[in-house]
Amino acid sequence: MSLLLEVSGLDCRYGLLQAVRGVSLEVAAGETVALIGANGAGKTTLLRAVAGAHRPHAGRVIFDRSDITRMPAHERVARGIALVPEGRRLFPSLTVEENLRVAAAGRRGRWNVRTVLEVFPLLQARRHMPAATLSGGEQQAVAIGRALMSNPRLLLLDEVSLGLAPVVVDAVYRSLADVIGEGATVVLVEQDLTRALKVAGRVICMLEGRVVLEGEAASLDRDHVVSAYFGLRRPA
Amino acid sequence: MTIVNAVLQGIFLGAFYAVLACGLSIMFGVMRIINLAHGDLAVLGAYATFVIVEQTGASALIAFVVSLPLMIVLGYVLQLTVLERSLKAGILTPLLATFGLSIVVQNLLQLAFSPDVRSLGGSAGTITTASWQVTSGLSVSALGLLVLLVAVLLFGGLQLFLSRTRVGWMMRATAEDADAAELVGIDSRAVYARATALAVATAALGGLFLGIRSVFDPVSGPTQLIFAFEAVVIGGMGSLRGTLLGGIALGVAQTVGAQIHPQFAVMAGHLLFLAVLIVRFGGARLRLRPV
Repeated sequence: MSLLLEVSGLDCRYGLLQAVRGVSLEVAAGETVALIGANGAGKTTLLRAVAGAHRPHAGRVIFDRSDITRMPAHERVARGIALVPEGRRLFPSLTVEENLRVAAAGRRGRWNVRTVLEVFPLLQARRHMPAATLSGGEQQAVAIGRALMSNPRLLLLDEVSLGLAPVVVDAVYRSLADVIGEGATVVLVEQDLTRALKVAGRVICMLEGRVVLEGEAASLDRDHVVSAYFGLRRPA
Repeated sequence: MTIVNAVLQGIFLGAFYAVLACGLSIMFGVMRIINLAHGDLAVLGAYATFVIVEQTGASALIAFVVSLPLMIVLGYVLQLTVLERSLKAGILTPLLATFGLSIVVQNLLQLAFSPDVRSLGGSAGTITTASWQVTSGLSVSALGLLVLLVAVLLFGGLQLFLSRTRVGWMMRATAEDADAAELVGIDSRAVYARATALAVATAALGGLFLGIRSVFDPVSGPTQLIFAFEAVVIGGMGSLRGTLLGGIALGVAQTVGAQIHPQFAVMAGHLLFLAVLIVRFGGARLRLRPV
């Protein structure tokens, strides 16, 4: 499979704090990769650097063979990268439909307001309501739908299950399965290990800004992942 | 009847304040910039119209239309060269930058036009003086009516633009969360530049009405800024509809105040402004909305 995303030697800092330390990874087209790790491991920062919301201190981000390290976020959207940010970050005064339509970045593809509402039928009735009035699950659905509106080739999902009831998380992941089934390339950050191993083909585990474990989800031993997750036994 | 007339004249005056305040409200609403040079930009717009009138002999209204593209370009350039850079440096820097800009504009106008007082009234045609006597104590001036009409169209149009068009949604989305807006493909720099261009264009419209209604000189800006600022605060910061109503409330307070004593007019407006501040921020519990 062809390489879609290539991150090499990425360093991200917030002032003196180094959140991501020399991370390199590759994602092939059509893959679903789960990024796991404890709080503060650098997962969110890594996704934000790929999406263009965080300017890295060093390293390179290459998307579809071109270097996008210095490209502003909105241009990356036009190239086909979409991030569903942590905490959903909807535009509260805009209605559901306006939230979706404002994100239509002009890339052609199967996603438009109609097809997004088909995948998230719970939004149909909320279509003309301000995003601020929605429940957490509905907001998350809008956030994912909003990212899909740009017809991304690479979809980045940051903790889509955060703060949601388990039933709602199930519904969100069922809809995501549809999206993944369409052949989209997905990198998702997920705290729930079981869910991450189930949905992803490959798992990358981060600890203190570094990649400490990487492998096919099916071949990984759960205990091994857990110890990498908490840094109990650093792999050589 | 005098009080009815005072209220009516206050509405006309307030519509003028609302037009002046419109751009201030846009810039605060979209970028959280309090543009201290807004009044000076309005006066600069009046001078631009004035120069075109002097050079061509055209009517002030025509000259304004000609000057408008220049002011829009000025707004873009201002955003991309000065304001965008100052925005990156935190919340106080744009305040200082626009304060500096205000001084620069005033001094450039002094250099170019001398401190003489100018007016556009003479070149605006019969609109300046025409009026209808409704009853003995009630008169409606053509200019007052025109300003009110323009103000209603301006604010109504902006409301439609923000609620119905995709570019309007982009502006609201960027205002609410610029970072998230970038992540859905919105060029926030371009949106900010558009907002400033729009704000400067409406400032120029305010300057036109200032020049037709009365007179201006290079240092007229700060006074206009105070009235515009009061209109924005009275109406609720960041709300366009509020700014229109706030401007009208300020105008009515001034003309009704003038009924009590002619010198009380401006003070009555200030008192309304203070009263709104006290009621809204409840004395010691001064709370600021997160920006």
